[in-house]
Amino acid sequence: MSIMIDDAACRGCGRCTAVCPGSLISLNKNGKAWIRRPQRCWGCASCAKECPVEAIALYLGADIGGAGGRMTVAQEGSQLTWTLRMPDGCEQSIVVNLQDANSY
Amino acid sequence: MELKVEHIETDFLVLGGGTAGCYAALTFSARSAAKVLIAEKANIKRSGCLAAGVNALNAYITTGHTPQDYVDYARTDAAGIVRGDLLISMSRGLNRAAQRLEEIGLTIQKNPDGSYMARGERNIKINGENIKPLLAAAVAKPQVTVLERVAACSYIMGADKRVAGAYLVGVDDPVLYVISARAVLCATGGAAGLYRPNNPGFSGHKMWYPPFNTGAGLAMGIQAGAEMTSLEMRFVALRCKDTIAPTGTLAQGMGARQINSLGRVYEQDYGLSTSARLYGTITENLEGRGPCFLRTVGATSEQDAEIEKAYLNMAPSQTLRWLESGLPPSQKNVEIEGTEPYIVGGHTASGYWVDTHRETTLKCLFAAGDVAGGCPQKYVTGALAEAEIATEAAISYMSDELKQTDIEQTQRIKVWLESHLMRTMPETGDTVDGLEEEMQALMDEQAGGITSNYQYSQASLEQAAAGIYSLSKRAKALSVPDMPELTYLLELRERLIVCRSLLAHLAARKESRWPGFAKHADYPEQDDSFRCYVNSKLEDGKVKVLFRDLVEEGEVYEHHDR
Repeated sequence: MSIMIDDAACRGCGRCTAVCPGSLISLNKNGKAWIRRPQRCWGCASCAKECPVEAIALYLGADIGGAGGRMTVAQEGSQLTWTLRMPDGCEQSIVVNLQDANSY
Repeated sequence: MELKVEHIETDFLVLGGGTAGCYAALTFSARSAAKVLIAEKANIKRSGCLAAGVNALNAYITTGHTPQDYVDYARTDAAGIVRGDLLISMSRGLNRAAQRLEEIGLTIQKNPDGSYMARGERNIKINGENIKPLLAAAVAKPQVTVLERVAACSYIMGADKRVAGAYLVGVDDPVLYVISARAVLCATGGAAGLYRPNNPGFSGHKMWYPPFNTGAGLAMGIQAGAEMTSLEMRFVALRCKDTIAPTGTLAQGMGARQINSLGRVYEQDYGLSTSARLYGTITENLEGRGPCFLRTVGATSEQDAEIEKAYLNMAPSQTLRWLESGLPPSQKNVEIEGTEPYIVGGHTASGYWVDTHRETTLKCLFAAGDVAGGCPQKYVTGALAEAEIATEAAISYMSDELKQTDIEQTQRIKVWLESHLMRTMPETGDTVDGLEEEMQALMDEQAGGITSNYQYSQASLEQAAAGIYSLSKRAKALSVPDMPELTYLLELRERLIVCRSLLAHLAARKESRWPGFAKHADYPEQDDSFRCYVNSKLEDGKVKVLFRDLVEEGEVYEHHDR
């Protein structure tokens, strides 16, 4: 898994650059976030959770059977909304509330 | 490029702001008015093992059980090679650690009577997505300093094998930090990336353990002459294929059984210990009955929804896979496979050899979490309990005054680091990534990785050792253009140092004690003359192996011969 950063949506706040546990993200000369060596990404989604404008999407690499889906996540209080968009435009969302324990 | 030298003084230096490190700082600030500094390679909000979250607290003494029950479980799982003294003190601290997590904001599911809701015998149900942000927020206190984006590379050694601080290098900026401290806690985690991973291409870092845990603290200890234990007890996780996501939620949580390609449940044929579950899967594959799966077909759509949520709270890639494929667990069984081996003291017993109070064989250096040996099955709460024990010991053993840093020692480190940043070095064609790949292939093929079905022999280990020696020499001649690349170079060096000691441990244990985790082809059976610890320390540039007698609970172990 790795991430894709939407250059047009990125506002250059730098929150993702601070939080990456691999220190893989920095701001480029245009003030936009970019990932140094996408293949070093662990897939933890910390950056995507931090991004206030959902400019960071997670995807599965083709080498592990990725089919082109892009997943973003938005946080509001204790609620995380994960949204998957497929290349054909199909979209689905899952809402997780951090105050609910996992059932399994 | 020249490095600027910056001197910092503190009372208690914590290397690594992960699970154990943050909790150590939290404990320290509650018990002492002195200063504590957390030095972290990334950012404590999401660094370490819990970046994406954790599904459950897997180490808890549930109603009707005792700490001794937990010790017995861990001992059986490790086929006897554990430290009873360490396990019992950790087990006694598990529930206090869980309660502390709830106090700082973690969601833990409760029964009507207020007790925590159990999942099986030793787990409790939580929402662990934000466990690391909560720990990071809890250490925001005036006496705690957090220094981020610095990579530890060497201890400051005082006289008489005393650790007096550490040298760290900036991840972004050309700065050498010289941090002097009255006591040091190593909590840098275990080592991933020694072996070729499941997905060696683009998704190479889609692994079980954090790829950013590169064995820094282990390597620093080895180089400084600290005694290490049980490195040969490698951990191999049984995971969902491709995404390398956890299987426990499906197996223990919803009760999915392990089946082979014929649809037959095979797990009971091999036993249910961590390594036996893996061994069964490897054997079924080798004997032509693979691939193997967790049988999830037949689950309800409500279960699908709950499972997809649970994975978002710890391993979002697996939920992405289910959504993207349109085949949730109820529609398609989940294929499973073993990962490459890791050195991780939170699951198996590898790491620093410590006394009962968690002091290493280097004075004033303590260890907790995945870097500390002898005490497997820690999981999150065990790492916290151990951090608490180590911190209490550090408070009582702290040396009275800060030692003057040796200028020559600092100069030596500075010159060594700068030598890698010089463009004038001979161009060999070697790169950090290239050597890392060679190391991983070598370990995979000759030292019991995935492609060799976790098997090795005396001859293959010797070949691996020769290869690691040669790679280490080539790594010394590497040159890098900037500070981020210097961090990668240091990580490669750490891994090579850990590999050298690991190979000596694998060769010394002339038996096969943990089927699944490792098989010594020349000694395929368990041999009770090896009911002992295999320890090692570096002496005159050579890894010297020592065998030590087992330590039971009730004993207090001290370093009488360090």
